[in-house]
Amino acid sequence: MDITKLTALELGKLIKSGKITSMDAVRAQFEKIEERDETYNCYITLTKDQALQRAEAVQRQIEAGELDESPLAGVPMAVKDNICTKGVLTSCASRILDGFEPPYDAHVMEKLDQAGAVMLGKLNMDEFAMGSTTETSYYGPTRNPWNTDRVPGGSSGGAAAAVAARETWYALGSDTGGSIRQPSSFCGVTGIKPTYGRVSRYGLIAYASSLDQIGPIARNVSDCAAILDLICGYDRRDSTSVACPEEKFTDALVDDVKGLRIGIPNSYLGEGLDPQVKAAVTEAARKLEKKGASVEYFDMGMVDYAIPAYYVIASAEASSNLSRFDGVKYGYRTPVFEDLQQLYKKTRDEGFGMEVKRRMMIGAFVLSSGYYDAYYIKALKVKALIKKGFDQAFEKYDLILGPTAPTTALRIGENLSDPLKMYLGDIYTVSVNLAGLPGISLPCGLDSEGMPIGVQMIGQTFSEKTLIRAAYSLEKEISQMEPAFLAGQEGGERA
Amino acid sequence: MSREYETVIGLEVHCELSTKTKIFCGCSTEFGGAPNTHVCPVCAGMPGTLPVLNRKVVDFALAACLALNCHITQHCKFDRKNYFYPDLPKAYQISQLYLPIGRNGHVDIETENGTKSIGIHEIHMEEDAGKLIHDQWDDTTIVDYNRCGVPLIEIVSEPDMRSADEVIAYLEKLRRTLQYLGVSDCRMQEGSIRADINLSVRPVGEEKLGTRTEMKNMNSFKAIARAIAAETDRQIEVIEDGGSVTQETRRWDDNKGASYAMRSKEDAQDYRYFPDPDLPPVFISDEWIEKTKDAQPEFREEKCARFVSQYSLPEKDALLLTDSVRMADLFEETAKISKKPREAANWLMVEAMRLVKEQGDGDASKMDFSPAHLARLIDLLGQGTINRAGAREVFEHIFAEDVDPDSYIKDHGLAIENDSDALGKVIDQVIAANPKSVGDYKAGKKKAVGFLVGQTMKAMKGKADPAAVNKMIVSRLEK
Repeated sequence: MDITKLTALELGKLIKSGKITSMDAVRAQFEKIEERDETYNCYITLTKDQALQRAEAVQRQIEAGELDESPLAGVPMAVKDNICTKGVLTSCASRILDGFEPPYDAHVMEKLDQAGAVMLGKLNMDEFAMGSTTETSYYGPTRNPWNTDRVPGGSSGGAAAAVAARETWYALGSDTGGSIRQPSSFCGVTGIKPTYGRVSRYGLIAYASSLDQIGPIARNVSDCAAILDLICGYDRRDSTSVACPEEKFTDALVDDVKGLRIGIPNSYLGEGLDPQVKAAVTEAARKLEKKGASVEYFDMGMVDYAIPAYYVIASAEASSNLSRFDGVKYGYRTPVFEDLQQLYKKTRDEGFGMEVKRRMMIGAFVLSSGYYDAYYIKALKVKALIKKGFDQAFEKYDLILGPTAPTTALRIGENLSDPLKMYLGDIYTVSVNLAGLPGISLPCGLDSEGMPIGVQMIGQTFSEKTLIRAAYSLEKEISQMEPAFLAGQEGGERA
Repeated sequence: MSREYETVIGLEVHCELSTKTKIFCGCSTEFGGAPNTHVCPVCAGMPGTLPVLNRKVVDFALAACLALNCHITQHCKFDRKNYFYPDLPKAYQISQLYLPIGRNGHVDIETENGTKSIGIHEIHMEEDAGKLIHDQWDDTTIVDYNRCGVPLIEIVSEPDMRSADEVIAYLEKLRRTLQYLGVSDCRMQEGSIRADINLSVRPVGEEKLGTRTEMKNMNSFKAIARAIAAETDRQIEVIEDGGSVTQETRRWDDNKGASYAMRSKEDAQDYRYFPDPDLPPVFISDEWIEKTKDAQPEFREEKCARFVSQYSLPEKDALLLTDSVRMADLFEETAKISKKPREAANWLMVEAMRLVKEQGDGDASKMDFSPAHLARLIDLLGQGTINRAGAREVFEHIFAEDVDPDSYIKDHGLAIENDSDALGKVIDQVIAANPKSVGDYKAGKKKAVGFLVGQTMKAMKGKADPAAVNKMIVSRLEK
């Protein structure tokens, strides 16, 4: 049996039952990583020795019965490289954080540690999570396991590709404007962007603080729900973290959508949407309808304004958040400089990539005096209107359904030279971040070139359980799919 | 000078709040730790860390706003002030621009021409930055982040002051108010209160304000007075020479008695302020305001009046005793225990103030001894256990080390000889040895007794009560 093909929960069960150890899982996974990652480049850092050591410690805890409550104990996993991991390079895929090993763990890492998680390494991403293709990484692009000429999406492209290539059982990503959902869609895996405030941002290196949220990327809805159970919860170190009653998301893994009211915004199916994506997404809606949900098409305003508002707000916050990377304290410092100004200028010029510089300049511009009201304040107003639009929709619907992205995975290099085109690809995802809502992307079919298509569902704040129930029910109706190389390799194991 | 000019001054005063921990993390705010020892990932602005507001900072700022008669912004917010400098590890300072906690306040100051009200434009909360230390030896600059995240309030006045005296009176008033509230030490030399001066001049009678400059880097009231005088003269000279004042920031050099331009309005930075997304708005409820109002202490004016009536002190003394809340508290507790307010007041105003000036930096708020010890000393003096010279010596040690007067007197043999037999013998010897003085006394030169008292005290090595000695000698001579 190739255990790397199991889901995280399946592997967790095997480890619990004593049929396999956490160390076996780590070794089996590294075999695949060593064989495949040269092709896909999902990982920036591999921590094999630590992983084996950690697996041994966790295995002892499991055998002592200390982790009975944790269904994912001993299951190896990987982490996007903008989430701080104590003593392990946390680079944000940027040269500017060269050699930066945080002396602290992110809150989510502490939670996963308690649950007996074993980290394999740190995952590639767009530099500072700015991008939709994982091509802006200082460590080179990640390739899509379904087709190596294609991008995996971004910015959590390394995370989605690693899950798709069976180079990890699950991953943590972050989502500021679609960075979990869009790569999940491009790589045929499942990802959840939780409600803003659901997961502590402590230790997540900020891109846009008011929009960033950590979430799971995994093989299926059940795994995602199990991961959410582990990482959610109030953290006093994050003032935007919300103290809400504890919920068990795995309780929502119920195959039942009877009476569920689903709304599809007409504008989500309009111009710019690939017809094959449209067909697959409407088919997904029909499947839910067949199972007893009601589906209605409706008009939702402000959709066209989401992208400009998003890029103004996110860039503004980024320009401030990324100012601390100046060569004084940690990370990259230019080797030769004459004075302080030159230290700053050369370090930042050499340390940051093109896309990050572009967004910092946009951000500095929209915050500068004389433009603040015209851009930043106006964008905040649009944000409030978008939130209002969703609130109105949720008076009528339990969830909103649509495509995750307008197309399937793009070719490598296709968008890098045309940032505006790349920004437009975020049309269905950014408004969810602006409104602070939870969203999920799961596979709903393949296009004619065999690339996966993702369907997105959006819920009210803190309605993750509704999303999980609907996604779980839909997943039951969609045949499992995996990249061709896996099917070929395993000689017809595919159903 | 052909015309008469008026100086118009507004102040920006930064006060460090005396919370135990920093504004956005749990690090200590203690002054003077070894470099970079009061630092954690949050105040060092490490990637991924987040600020969490210390509620005590809002408590203290709110108390200051209410004492300075401000309107409270019940939904106030924090903003980021963005600029690059190595002492600012996040490259932004968390401050308040758009919705500061307090606005439109005022304080009354006493001037030559009576009471004057100085407007407070706003009060906002913010974090302090670190400190750069330039190492001359190897030409490097090193950073100490201990001060990063120490809570400050900035009190911005209206341009309502017209002279250095008014400025000093305003600063004294702020200092006293904040010290009475217990929200700040306000120690200028430690930098816990700093003032920047916005100053312009205009011809007397002119309504329109002149172009102002901002002066930084004064670290004493004297320096402030000198800087105001110098800047007033400089601006008048510029105008009289037919030029115009440039809007700029200037740095005061107190050693040279002159200021230098730091940056002009044209190079003024754009701080790109925007609301900090990491910190939700702070809601200050009516209850919070009421509770803070109820907890406001008795301020100097009331306390001074009460001291006059309750302890029958002259107003001059009451003013002196209430200058710092520490002094006032020491007085009141000593008076309460000893039941001798006059004595308590005298010890504090004379001896304690002398020692404050001699031994310290003139800051009476740093006095740190037990009022019970002073009260006991007053008792011992009253009972005649010790004489005044000895009491002064004991007090010096109470002031410096807070010694227990009883054990100090015992250990140092300062108690007066109360065995009148022994004292009587000494007196008899002195009388016998000084027939000339005795003769003078008997011939009507009553002052001659002083010499005999002196001789007795000398023989007793000071351990006698001069008044008692005097009495005993006179009774013997009158026999």
